[in-house]
Amino acid sequence: MNDPVIDLRGVTRRYDDGPPALHDVSLAVKPGECVAVLGPSGSGKSTLLNLIAGLDRPDEGTVTVAGTRVETLGEAASARFRRAYVGLVFQFFNLLDDLTVLDNVLLPAHLAGAARRESREHATGLLATLGIGRHADAYPGRLSGGEKQRVAVARALVNRPALLLADEPTGALDTASGEDVRDLLNDLRDGGQTIVLVTHDLRLAEACATRTVGMRDGRVES
Amino acid sequence: MSIGRRRRLHSLVIGLVTAAAVTAAVLGAGLLVASRSPFDTAFAAQRGAHLTVQTTTPGTGREVAGAVATSGPYGTRVVGFEGPPGLPGPSMTVVARSDPGGAVDRVELTAGRWATGPGELVMGRGVFLVPLGEKLTTHDGVVLTVVGLARSVSATANAWVAPAALDALGGPDGYQTLYRFAAASTPAEVEADRAAVAASLPPGAVTGVRSWLDVRQDAVEEAAVFVPFLVAFALLGILMAVLVVGTVVAGTVGAATRRIGILKALGCTPAGVVRAYIAQALVPGAVGALAGAVAGNLIALPVLAQTEEIYGSAGAAIAWWVTLLAAGGVLAVVAVTAWAAALRAGRLRVVDALAVGRVTGPATGRWAARLAARLPVSRPIGLGLARPFARPVRTAAILLAVATGAAAATFATGLGSSLVRIQSAVQQDDADVLVMGEAAGAAIAAQPGTRASYGMAQAPAMLAGLNDPVGLSVFSGDPAWDGFVMASGRWFSAPGEAVASAPLLAAAGARVGDTVTLQVEGRPVRLRVVGEVFETHPSVLTDVATVPGLPPMEFHVALTDGTNASAYASALSSQGFEAHPAGAEIDPLLAVVQGLTATLTLLLLAVAALGVLNMLVLDLRDRVHDLGVHKALGMTPRQTIAMVVASVAGVGLLGGLIGVPAGIAVQRMVVPAMAASAGLRLPGSLLDVYGPVLLGALALGGPLIALAGALLPAGWAARTRTAVALRTE
Repeated sequence: MNDPVIDLRGVTRRYDDGPPALHDVSLAVKPGECVAVLGPSGSGKSTLLNLIAGLDRPDEGTVTVAGTRVETLGEAASARFRRAYVGLVFQFFNLLDDLTVLDNVLLPAHLAGAARRESREHATGLLATLGIGRHADAYPGRLSGGEKQRVAVARALVNRPALLLADEPTGALDTASGEDVRDLLNDLRDGGQTIVLVTHDLRLAEACATRTVGMRDGRVES
Repeated sequence: MSIGRRRRLHSLVIGLVTAAAVTAAVLGAGLLVASRSPFDTAFAAQRGAHLTVQTTTPGTGREVAGAVATSGPYGTRVVGFEGPPGLPGPSMTVVARSDPGGAVDRVELTAGRWATGPGELVMGRGVFLVPLGEKLTTHDGVVLTVVGLARSVSATANAWVAPAALDALGGPDGYQTLYRFAAASTPAEVEADRAAVAASLPPGAVTGVRSWLDVRQDAVEEAAVFVPFLVAFALLGILMAVLVVGTVVAGTVGAATRRIGILKALGCTPAGVVRAYIAQALVPGAVGALAGAVAGNLIALPVLAQTEEIYGSAGAAIAWWVTLLAAGGVLAVVAVTAWAAALRAGRLRVVDALAVGRVTGPATGRWAARLAARLPVSRPIGLGLARPFARPVRTAAILLAVATGAAAATFATGLGSSLVRIQSAVQQDDADVLVMGEAAGAAIAAQPGTRASYGMAQAPAMLAGLNDPVGLSVFSGDPAWDGFVMASGRWFSAPGEAVASAPLLAAAGARVGDTVTLQVEGRPVRLRVVGEVFETHPSVLTDVATVPGLPPMEFHVALTDGTNASAYASALSSQGFEAHPAGAEIDPLLAVVQGLTATLTLLLLAVAALGVLNMLVLDLRDRVHDLGVHKALGMTPRQTIAMVVASVAGVGLLGGLIGVPAGIAVQRMVVPAMAASAGLRLPGSLLDVYGPVLLGALALGGPLIALAGALLPAGWAARTRTAVALRTE
């Protein structure tokens, strides 16, 4: 039970000939923790998140998530891993404009081959819980920023992932919407969801995180 | 895919499509022109005879008004040759000439040498297939060795000998003088020339005059068969060129709208943008056009060699101006499309151009996405199926490309099948063994392995009102199994009944049901025409009982399954009959048309697949970020491929369903037009070549074209790294 959900050891990631985006990073996140990764632009926060999600691979070191060595997975296995264990929330929501809110939320479940009726009921329930049930048939373009991010969170949670990764979840939101999302993350944390937040927003980190990790020039500071 | 690779790919696609379009245009238009000109080219090269005048005396008479050159008089004689045992030999007009040159009718020696002494003969090409060195015996027992093969476009002789050699054949029975005139382009001018020649000679001296216009008509009649076929393919090629080159260039420039916005923000003028993008499209286009021009001319070489063989034209080639026009025309399409697309992008406000790809797109096709989400198919396939509705213009371009490709394949298949059926109907080549000899019938009946047989005798017959004899074939037994095709009516079944070909009915002004009278060996034979048989020459077919005195000399035999034709023929040969296995001859014209059809079809299919590929690359480029989102949410590479392929599968299917009837319609227009060029009317059975299985297979052609075009982009999409796709704007 106390095995870490995330276990990074000696992870280095280089792009081209410049200095490494991540340099010898080690980090462990336990179940139920909400870890906020803080740091300026270019410090390696998003690279760290990409490596944990299996979107990218390290040049050195190991990345273990929920007991899976993520850096060893091929593209297909990596996709299956994300479906099963990881929910992703992006700064600019990354909702698909041509799908309704409900279809956006259902997409990861359908890609995973989940039973249609059950996943539909679950997605509808999630939208209701997050306070956007009335927008289920609307298209993302008609929602406010805060509502869009709630949809993105619902989509990230639809497969009941062990880990929620959020990349600047309030970065594109006004203050009020940002507070909405902060409350939502707090609720999830209180419900036992393991969360890794990448953010510039100190107030978000203070309000939600059970632990903060600082990054600068590709290294973990604390 | 990186931006650099993508631009290289677009350049490659523009180059390939331009090359294919120019190749198709050069082939189509070039052969169209070449098919009409080989006679004229060869006639000019040989300084052909405008009038070939046959006289009783060697005198040339007074000077002929309007004549610019004269050759002859040459002694001529109609010589009868021995044929194979049991068969009558050919009669040929032999002309005595000391050399093939001269002021008129410079005969082209195609093999061997000119006849110089007695016992030597030069055979005209296209008369009988006689190899060099062959010895021919005249009815009078004179043996002549074939020392050369030659070709006269003016068709002045079947064979030539040295002047001294003609005496050994019995001396001249007439004289031939060849004239060229200053004016002989129209029938009226030729008629005036004919009158001038007649006026220059003593009354009664002229026994025959042949106009070059008649010779030309005979020659180009066969060439005319090409014209509807080439027009159809040239039009398809041009349509594909405009469609695919246009959409490729427009799409490529359109995809660069944001880049254009950045260039304008940095100070580039709209005119500068237009110039830059026209150049960007024209450079690969010019390379492709050059490659296409070379490829078109190279592919045309063997085809032209075939037409040269058929029409006796020398040195046929694609006209240089056709190549220039085809390359220039396709490049103009590239330039105009690039100009129109770049002009639109160049006129966009900078802020709008920069916003492309960053703002929410139009709500087109959302209903389809919603519907697809409820379909009982996997989600990636549902996403793919809905995609065409989001970009209707691109979908229309893909649909047109696929439909045109499917139409080309359908037309080509139908054309090929029709031509094979026509050849089979004309040649009646279903027999396995041919046996010569009047008494062979009983031996064939007694020979094990005989499934069916019939005997046939042929004789020339005269029809009132016609100068040339018509072919009369009489049959013993039922020949219906040997590939005869009825255009109308029925096969003869009683004495006095006959079937006739369309050329004969036309010449006789008769119809099925009428009675015609033939003169056969000086005897009148009345025949009631009960059916029209598909034949290319004036001919009448009837039962042996209808024309007594013409016993069957040639037997056609069909063998039972498993019987060896050579062994069967050997068994009959050992009984003293001339027997040999029958082999279907490949008509050189058919080979040319089929070769061209395959080449042009492959080109059009490749262009169609390239069109699909380019559209998909553009589409994937537009939604590469969405692709990253899908992958981040757990879409596997296989699901990505399924989504991309599904995005064109429906369009491919629809394209096939549109293209197949279009192709059938083109086949039904072109094939009868080809036949009409040769003076034939096709029975429906030669046109109805599309069975249900073939139609089903052709309908699958659309999805296959789409699949061929989609595989590469789908592979790229599957391999695109998620993090890179998510970072792409």
